[in-house]
Amino acid sequence: MIGDFLWLIPAFPLAGVLVNGLLGHRLPRMLSGTVACLAVLGSAVVSVMGLLHLLQTPAGQAREIHQTLFPWISTGSFQTSVSLMLDPLSAVMACVVTGVGFLIHVYSTGYMAHDPRYHRYFTYLNLFTFAMLLLVLADNFLLMFVGWEGVGLCSYLLIGFWFQKPSAAAAGKKAFLVNRVGDFGFLLGMLFIFAVFGSLDYRVVFDKVAAEPGAITATLTAICLLLFVGATGKSAQIPLYVWLPDAMEGPTPVSALIHAATMVTAGVYMVARCSILFVNAPAALLVIAIIGAATALFAATIGLVQNDIKRVLAYSTVSQLGYMFMACGVGAFAAAIFHLMTHAFFKALLFLGAGSVIHGIHEEQDIRRMGGLMKWMPITGFTFWIGTLAIAGIPPLSGFFSKDEIIWYSLAGPMGHWAFWAVGVVTAVLTAFYMARLTFKTFHGQPRMPEEIRSKIHESPLSMTTVLTALAVGAVFAGLVNIPEAIGHRLHLPENSIAAFTHFLEPSIVEKKEAALLIANAAGNAPVGFVRPAPHVDHALELPLMGLTFVLALLSIALGASWYVRRPGTATALAARAPALYSLLLNKYYVDEIYSAIIVRPGMAFSRFLWRGVDVLIIDGLVNAVAWFFGIASRLFRVVQSGYVRGYAAGMLAGALIVIWVLSR
Amino acid sequence: MAWNAPVPFASWVMLSGVLFSIGAVGFLIRKDPIIMFMCIELMLNAGNLLFIAAARYLGIMAGQVFVFFVMAVAAAEVAVGLAIIVAIFRTKSTIDVDEMSGMRG
Repeated sequence: MIGDFLWLIPAFPLAGVLVNGLLGHRLPRMLSGTVACLAVLGSAVVSVMGLLHLLQTPAGQAREIHQTLFPWISTGSFQTSVSLMLDPLSAVMACVVTGVGFLIHVYSTGYMAHDPRYHRYFTYLNLFTFAMLLLVLADNFLLMFVGWEGVGLCSYLLIGFWFQKPSAAAAGKKAFLVNRVGDFGFLLGMLFIFAVFGSLDYRVVFDKVAAEPGAITATLTAICLLLFVGATGKSAQIPLYVWLPDAMEGPTPVSALIHAATMVTAGVYMVARCSILFVNAPAALLVIAIIGAATALFAATIGLVQNDIKRVLAYSTVSQLGYMFMACGVGAFAAAIFHLMTHAFFKALLFLGAGSVIHGIHEEQDIRRMGGLMKWMPITGFTFWIGTLAIAGIPPLSGFFSKDEIIWYSLAGPMGHWAFWAVGVVTAVLTAFYMARLTFKTFHGQPRMPEEIRSKIHESPLSMTTVLTALAVGAVFAGLVNIPEAIGHRLHLPENSIAAFTHFLEPSIVEKKEAALLIANAAGNAPVGFVRPAPHVDHALELPLMGLTFVLALLSIALGASWYVRRPGTATALAARAPALYSLLLNKYYVDEIYSAIIVRPGMAFSRFLWRGVDVLIIDGLVNAVAWFFGIASRLFRVVQSGYVRGYAAGMLAGALIVIWVLSR
Repeated sequence: MAWNAPVPFASWVMLSGVLFSIGAVGFLIRKDPIIMFMCIELMLNAGNLLFIAAARYLGIMAGQVFVFFVMAVAAAEVAVGLAIIVAIFRTKSTIDVDEMSGMRG
């Protein structure tokens, strides 16, 4: 039975960590990379087997497999065991992590081929896969937290992988510290859950909440907001998104795996996993929807003007994560997970394509010094175009289905509102435009790199282009698992192929109709009055709105072509006409500077006070005073230690005589 | 006093005291560690003599048992002490105790 083999999924990468971590420096490079790839392939195979098993289970039966490995903490009323759970949600996540993860491992064998610390890179990468699998497969909050912290650690190690570069070391530190802020919120939320429910097991907590819907709305709102603070840290949402763009200092495959496809989705996964808690706390859902929408729009505008190929993609990732949170916030959790899945394919594809470009033109990352690369790198260029079209939402590529589902539910979902819908559409337009700008500036138009580099440009090795092709296939077809009802019914598709992904996820995630009921119920008890379920929106609107976003996306791609290929000076001229706005966007709204002024610098000043004032003066002063006293005292008594044996003997004799004299009195 | 009359206890105490004092003074004034060892033995044997005498006069055997212990420990102590002296001689080429003042504070 698959239930007895669940432990294999995290065990394979852990074995890879042990082999590469302990013996890696003695293994030949070839073997070291192969071990790492095979470890992830092994868990991918088991994950897919688990997914198939769940798919074959009839819908009526419980699609959930538990495996308890061993009891972990058992003190009085607090019991936690290391146990894994495979349900539709965690199966999908495990397949995405191991599937995309495997492809990126393979790509890394080519990309990192000349790095002196090859085996250590793969150790970290496998450790990351292990932690991420623990996060998604855990069946209680505590074990999830172990994975949560584990991926944060690996993220730090891999961003700072080239720690000889000061900027990489600083970026790693920044990521770790910002994540710690979020993790603190998550930890508090977890402790709060334990205080209220007396357990950290998903089943126990969720069943208790489901048994009495709307009973403890205020408490749940606090819990959910704390959990969401954790999600903003890990999934790079306002206000804790600042680490993600800097994380691009790491090797490009790492950016693809950790900072685009998998780790940053941990927050979305967590919110979807706890959907039953969130639908009972509508105020928290509203906060999530607003933050998600704000992040999506905000990051997309920054992405419009950035010049570093990886930074554009980084802001795009932040923006797409904002979409996912907006979907969660309006109550369409399945749509968020769907977008998470398709995004994993096309964003990994785009990042690896960017890596291929950087690799091919000798570590150049500035798109102002690229252009016309299609001629030299046809496979990279072609697959990059597929990624661009997918993220821009061009049918029938995967991004179209997932993004339009989110945009639709931001209007028609349980917490939908026309404002969310407007933000979704505007962001989709901006996304299509900045991706078109990126692709046109990189692969088309006049080559702008120096002459001496031009002759050395080459297409990447087979290990990299194969992976790009495989991901491109995923980016094209992944959307077909969840064809929206509006299209499916129009095309008279068989009933079981429509919205199949959403229906598959139903056992793990609160389904939309039920969510609407629970939200309405909880909103009656809500401490805040402004939460109201969305008005009914006519389903007939879905297709026209879909068409609208599609046409707008096409128009922005065409606009990108005209600005950046046909008349290359247009954008620069436009920027010159609004210099203030342009520099505001180019400098990312000065958020880093603001944080530096209001948090980092006061913090540094306070730390300096603690260092110079409290630590050096008071604490060190006290310790030194004690040492000084004993120094003086011992200087007096040290005279006795003459070092002459007979001196000591005379002392002993005198002492003995004194004792005898005293006793004999 | 007859030639075979028992020696009074006070005499044993005095003899023991005289032997101990010779040992103590010898230990304090001589520089040769071998001689100092002999002085230590003298002091130990002064103690032993007192134990035996007391055991005889009080009729308690515990004193004799103590003497065996003292002799055994003294033998061990001499073995260790002589080994230390040999080791010191190897490193410093002298065994003058006043030269061994490396532990002065």
